[in-house]
Order: sequence, then C-alpha cells, then structure tokens
Amino acid sequence: MKKVSIIGAGPAGIEAASVLAKHGISVMLFEKSSSPLNNIMDKAYLFPNFQSAMEIADDLSGRLLNDKITLVPDTEIVDVKWQGTDWKLFDAKGQTYVSDVVLIATGYQVFDAKRKEELGYGIYKGVITSLEMEKMIKYNQILNVSGDIPKRIAFLQCVGSRDEKSGNHYCSKVCCVTAVKQAIEIKKMIPTVDISIFYMDLRMWGQGFEEMYRKAQEEYGINFVRGRISEAAATFDSRVQLKSEDTLMGVPLKMTADLLVLMVGMEPSAGTRNIASRCEICGDYGFVKTISPHLYDSETGKPGLFAAGTCKRPNCIEDTVNDARSAAYAIMEYLNTL
Amino acid sequence: MPDFGFSIKTARTENLDKVSLEKYRELLRKVPSFKRCFQCGCCSATCSAQQYTNFNIRKVHTSFRRGEYNLLSEELKKCMLCGKCTLLCPRGVNLRSLIMNMRQLLEEPVK
Ligand SMILES: Cc1cc2nc3c(=O)[nH]c(=O)nc-3n(C[C@H](O)[C@H](O)[C@H](O)COP(=O)(O)OP(=O)(O)OC[C@H]3O[C@@H](n4cnc5c(N)ncnc54)[C@H](O)[C@@H]3O)c2cc1C
Ligand code: SF4
Ligand code: SF4
Ligand code: SF4
Repeated sequence: MKKVSIIGAGPAGIEAASVLAKHGISVMLFEKSSSPLNNIMDKAYLFPNFQSAMEIADDLSGRLLNDKITLVPDTEIVDVKWQGTDWKLFDAKGQTYVSDVVLIATGYQVFDAKRKEELGYGIYKGVITSLEMEKMIKYNQILNVSGDIPKRIAFLQCVGSRDEKSGNHYCSKVCCVTAVKQAIEIKKMIPTVDISIFYMDLRMWGQGFEEMYRKAQEEYGINFVRGRISEAAATFDSRVQLKSEDTLMGVPLKMTADLLVLMVGMEPSAGTRNIASRCEICGDYGFVKTISPHLYDSETGKPGLFAAGTCKRPNCIEDTVNDARSAAYAIMEYLNTL
Repeated sequence: MPDFGFSIKTARTENLDKVSLEKYRELLRKVPSFKRCFQCGCCSATCSAQQYTNFNIRKVHTSFRRGEYNLLSEELKKCMLCGKCTLLCPRGVNLRSLIMNMRQLLEEPVK
C-alpha cells in the first residue's frame, strides 16, 4: 500500500488529504500544533464574501473524517530525507516515519511588525497588527488603549511587504483587501468611527474586491489616503500620532488616531523555511520553489516531493485550496508510475 | 519662517514631447537605486527640512524625473543632507547621493 505524508494541517494540507483519501489513498497528516487550521481560526470573517472563518474551518475539518486520513497533531516535522526509494520524515521528538510521497503544506506566518521600529509596534499600545484587529472584530471588542470606543482608526498597508528594509520585495497579496474588509466590519459595528487607509497602490485583484472598495467609499465613507506612513509616536493620552505625505496633494500630513492598524505581510513559516532548505528547494525569501509556476507548480523536481499552498507564496484560501487539489492529482499520477 | 517665494514646477502642463530627459538619464546612471522609487512619500514625510520650509523632496526628485528643472537648484539648498529620508525609504533609494548628484547636474548646462 502506497503511503502519502502531508506536512501541515492548514487549508492546503487538509484539502489535499481529503482528495487523496476519497481516491482510496492512505494519508498521514502531520500538524505541529494541537489542532489544525490555526491560520483560519484566528480570523473573524473572510474576504471576499464576509463568510465566517469558523464556518470554513468546520467545513474543512469535516473533510478529515475519513478513515484513510490519520491526523497526527502536536508533531512538528523537522527533517525530510530521500532514501533512494522512499522518504523518511523526522519529527521534533525523534520519531521517524517512512512514506512514498511527501507533500509540503507548511504555510505562512505573519511579518513581525517589531522589525519596523519607526512604526512603534510593541512600544506604543495604540499600534496594533491586522491580526489583533481581526481578534477585536471577532470578539466585538474594538476599543482604544483607554478602553473607550475609538473615534478614529488608521490603517497602513504594506508593512513588511514591498520593503527593502525588511528584505521582502514582494507584495503579500491579501492585505489590501483585508484592510478594506476590516474597515467595513468596524464601520458596521461603530458607525461613528472615522477610518483612513494609507496605501501606495490598492491591489483589488480578485473577484468582488473592487466592488468592496467601491462600497467602502460609497456606503461606509472610508477615506483613502495615498501615502506611506513614515513614523508613528504616542501622544500624552495614549493615542497615536502619525506622519505621512499626502502624495496626491503633495503636502505633508499629520494625523492623530486612537488605533493604527499595521497590515502585516505573509512570510514563509519557520517550518516552510526549514523544510525548503533541508530539501534544497528554497526559493526567494525562503518560500518553497517549484519547477515552474505555469504547468509544474506542485512538483519540486525531487522524486515524490510536492508542495501546495502558501508555503510557495502568499495566497488566499480559494487559490490555496485549488492548488492543493492540483497537488493531489499530481501525487496520484506519480503514484501510478511507481 | 519666511517664505522666500521659490516655487517649483512653473509650467502649466507637462509636455512630454518637448522636455529633455538627458539630465535625468545621467542621474539614473549615477544613482541607479532611484529607478526603484514608487512615490510613497516616506522621504518627504520624514524630512527634517520639510518641518520648517515648504520643501518637498519627493516633488523635487519627481520634477527632475519629468525633466522639469526650473528652480530646483534653489529648492535643493533647503536640504540639510541629514539622511533621514535615506534611512526610511522602503525601496532603498540612496537619497543623499541622489540629492548631491541632482545639485551637481543642475549646475551643468542642459545638453
Ligand atoms: C491577516 C490575514 C488575513 C487573511 N484573511 C483571509 C481571508 O479573509 N480570506 C482568504 O481567502 N484568505 C485570507 N488570508 C490568507 C489565508 O490565511 C491563507 O490563504 C491560508 O491560511 C493558507 O493555507 P495554507 O494551508 O497554505 O497555510 P497555513 O494556513 O499557514 O497552514 C499551514 C499549517 O502547517 C503547520 N505547520 C507548519 N510547519 C509545520 C511543521 N514543520 N510540521 C508540522 N506542521 C507544520 C502550521 O501549524 C499550519 O497549521 C489571510 C491572511 C492574513 C495574513
Ligand atoms: S496586498 Fe496591498 S497591502 Fe499587501 S503588500 Fe500588496 S500592495 Fe501592500
Ligand atoms: S537629507 Fe535632505 S531631503 Fe533627506 S530628510 Fe534630510 S533634509 Fe530632508
Ligand atoms: S521614500 Fe523612496 S520610494 Fe518613497 S518617494 Fe521617497 S525616494 Fe521614492
């Protein structure tokens, strides 16, 4: 019986496991945390349709209920080695597993905003990340540092993306639409709040994104300012003073907000970095590199070693899940040749 | 702070058929990192001189990019070469070197 091991139980790992299991293939699904889907559970509502993240997580978790799938939680895979005919996987506790195929689905982590010192994250309490805002929305507790309903919130795009100083030249793809999504959700909860989104380019690439942007302007009165915030500082009353240029007006801009939300980018997770480098398939910025993005995007060039989802590049759930299905089919084709 | 009356960009329209971009091309040869500027406004927002005058370094280098050299050398005198802009630029443009080279090129006659 041929065996497939999948590293990472996010949307990519789960969807690939589910497709393979439906085709009668046994899958071991390793997850370093105690439960799967952590990068979904920490969100409230998802773009593009404001569907609850819980609903998506439940649907995906349901796909694991197949006796061909063995979920192995609390198990971090730290090394993967080709042994001539099959792969050997090593976990952090020293246990090993043998498998014909390995699918890397180790995903992403968000950029550590402390690395952008000038924005004051970790120093001023009023400066928060998009993930922290997501939590505030989820628990309906959008409060400023003093515990009051905020009067003004500013968003800053491209934190840790498109940035020479943090070494990430790429665009993280999901944060433009996430800022607009969060701004709308906040407005629904606190209609009186004034929201400004500081952007350099608004990348509304997906179906429904541009319409969401229109809605944000037309129905929710959200302001869009073209300029990157250069610095943030705290005021005596624990608000945040920020500096930017309004590049469309060509004048410097100052603003005091209760909260400054940093739209942190997507970086390869520690697991992605580690496995990519150990298997010598490290691409740009530590993401996994495939043979070609067009026609061989599941294949790594090593026999029986495949990759799916955001371990390769930033992406949304829809594209991640479709990509995982492609990987499952590529794996089945490979198994047929053995 | 008195306003000395300098104002850059006197032309009413940008006529890209007529401008000479020779100096701009020379500037790119000298400071290749300037090619990467994506007009975010971090340099101008953080600029020390901007706090006391109406100096706007982003507008200055964008005017240069468009071949609008009028009054730029007067304007560039406001820069104190403190280097804050260079520290913050997210595209890693070497602004201090850019400013020095703009000053120098503006002294030379237009080819
Ligand atoms: C702020 C923010 C908001 C977002 N909002 C949306 C949205 O509204 N809509 C949308 O479509 N997308 C959204 N996304 C993107 C979405 O989160 C991703 O597309 C999706 O989570 C990617 O799935 P994945 O399986 O590739 O990776 P992940 O979700 O990162 O899953 C990878 C899994 O692998 C595990 N793992 C890692 N290393 C190891 C190892 N060595 N051993 C074992 N397990 C390991 C991890 O613990 C994790 O469970 C958002 C992203 C961000 C940053
Ligand atoms: S998606 Fe938008 S905010 Fe995110 S890196 Fe790209 S341009 Fe910046
Ligand atoms: S070097 Fe000149 S342009 Fe740059 S911040 Fe200092 S004064 Fe402003
Ligand atoms: S900070 Fe850099 S990228 Fe931004 S406008 Fe200035 S020179 Fe251009």
